[in-house]
Amino acid sequence: MAATTIEGSRTAIAERKTTATALAEDYYARIKKADPEIGAFLTVCEDRALAQAARIDSMAAAGEPLPPLAGVPVAIKDVMVTSGVRTTAGSKILDNFIPPYDCTAVARLEAAGAVILGKLNCDEFAMGSSTENSAYHVVRNPRDKSRVPGGSSGGSAAAVAANMAVATLGSDTGGSIRQPASFCGVVGLKPTYGRVSRYGLIAFASSLDHIGPFANTVKDAALMLRTIAGRDPMDSTSAEVPVPDYIAELEKPVRGSGEPLKVGVAKEYFGEGLDPEVRAAVEAAIQKLAELGCEIVPVSLPHTEYAVPTYYIVATAEASSNLARFDGVRYGFRAKANTLSEMYRRTRDQGFGMEVKRRIMLGTYALSAGYYDAYYLKAQKVRTLLTRDFDEAFKKVDVIAAPTCPTPAFKLGEKVDDPLAMYLADIYTVTANLAGIPGISIPCGENHEKLPIGLQLFARHFDEATLLRVAHAYEQAR
Amino acid sequence: MRVTDKDVSYVADLANLDLTEDERARMLRDLNSILEYIERLSQLDTAAVAPMAQVSDRYGVDESRQGSDRFAYAIRDDIKDGLRKSLPHEVAVANAPDTDGTFFEVPMVIER
Repeated sequence: MAATTIEGSRTAIAERKTTATALAEDYYARIKKADPEIGAFLTVCEDRALAQAARIDSMAAAGEPLPPLAGVPVAIKDVMVTSGVRTTAGSKILDNFIPPYDCTAVARLEAAGAVILGKLNCDEFAMGSSTENSAYHVVRNPRDKSRVPGGSSGGSAAAVAANMAVATLGSDTGGSIRQPASFCGVVGLKPTYGRVSRYGLIAFASSLDHIGPFANTVKDAALMLRTIAGRDPMDSTSAEVPVPDYIAELEKPVRGSGEPLKVGVAKEYFGEGLDPEVRAAVEAAIQKLAELGCEIVPVSLPHTEYAVPTYYIVATAEASSNLARFDGVRYGFRAKANTLSEMYRRTRDQGFGMEVKRRIMLGTYALSAGYYDAYYLKAQKVRTLLTRDFDEAFKKVDVIAAPTCPTPAFKLGEKVDDPLAMYLADIYTVTANLAGIPGISIPCGENHEKLPIGLQLFARHFDEATLLRVAHAYEQAR
Repeated sequence: MRVTDKDVSYVADLANLDLTEDERARMLRDLNSILEYIERLSQLDTAAVAPMAQVSDRYGVDESRQGSDRFAYAIRDDIKDGLRKSLPHEVAVANAPDTDGTFFEVPMVIER
């Protein structure tokens, strides 16, 4: 039986219509059938999944109360470490890496009863916007197999879209959850920076990296967030901010008795390069929000055009430092060499793919003597300006609505030789990472080729409750 | 051209990357194209703008306190009750490409 929501899966198990074991086996059968064509999974962990499913089934058989994600089949982007289960970050340099501990978000999902089916394909070290930078194989968009699923969490989006998992975790450093969610027609949520612990997330750019869920519905994304959110002593940047009951918040009407919720629309997100069909779908979605009782308010985010250049300095600078640890000494691949220095260089040259090397080079250049002020310090200052833009806008509005991406999913191979064109696919998503605000992508229609289009919503820091409420109201009304 | 062949070699050296001739040529082309796009940041006057390293500076900080106490929120809870146990030795070296069981082994560092 095919449950496509968390509630559906949990209820079916609680009412003894199925078992967690049967559900997991059903999902493994789906993966076996569909994934050779899609390529979403890098590793499946049946032993771990079936042991967890058996635990849930014995609880159900004993009539014990079931945890919130009991028996729900989920899968994890392969940038989050899993104890005893190979974790590659999509890179050959970690081809044989078996982590000794669990990522906090993964541990929290499992503690809440979820069954972890396996690890999902992605761009190498989450660097990319199409999942074509995976060192293993490409992922095909389940909605059109000649197209990319987006990236870097392409496997996480495709697994949900092809119903090879009920929900998944991805990571988002510049749009890597929201962009693939938009391309594959599913819900993808990037929480506030600090909302979800990054402990056990293989670091790309530490000040921009976020973990978040993919799901078929906003409610499921909320259930996943509720489970993984909250302070973790293992990540000093995880915030001591209470986690609301997102499900209760979802049910609140967008138009209560008081002031209407205000939805901001910034002209900077509707400029040159925006596909006309994407524009029309997003404008229709904003109209729908107005019909639901939201007040639509024009806002300005004047520094938006500087977001991508700022992002590609900050992200690559941090990456060049974070990826210095991959040197062939303590774990991962080691190239044969006669001296230590030669070993480092050969290991990194053979172990990393071209895009990873390109970003390490750009980041190292931006941090090198003579260029630090012109590039890195400059980008940090513009990051302040971009964040202030949002601070000003959120004095006037509760959420901001925009397209997630300028176009629907592009063809496999289309942008692979033009790194700059690929970077510009992130033009509407990188700002939320630089400012740390939460963002969500939800399906809002299709173009003439039946390719999904995503509506993106932003909210104030730690106000995922309002973000999810508006997204849920739109989803229900659509 | 902002970046020259010489720059590519210098930066590759800093980054411990042993690039092939073909990779050097692509790197030269790509870095110049990306940096040309990034150049637009210089249009902005940021003389009076403070740099922002990370978002968490914006919350959790106790402005009424001084020094590291301002960042009390970031202190790990487990430190209060003593250090958390570290990984057992054999687990820590389990992924090593080369180990004698006690140390990570590496190629010769200094000529004898």
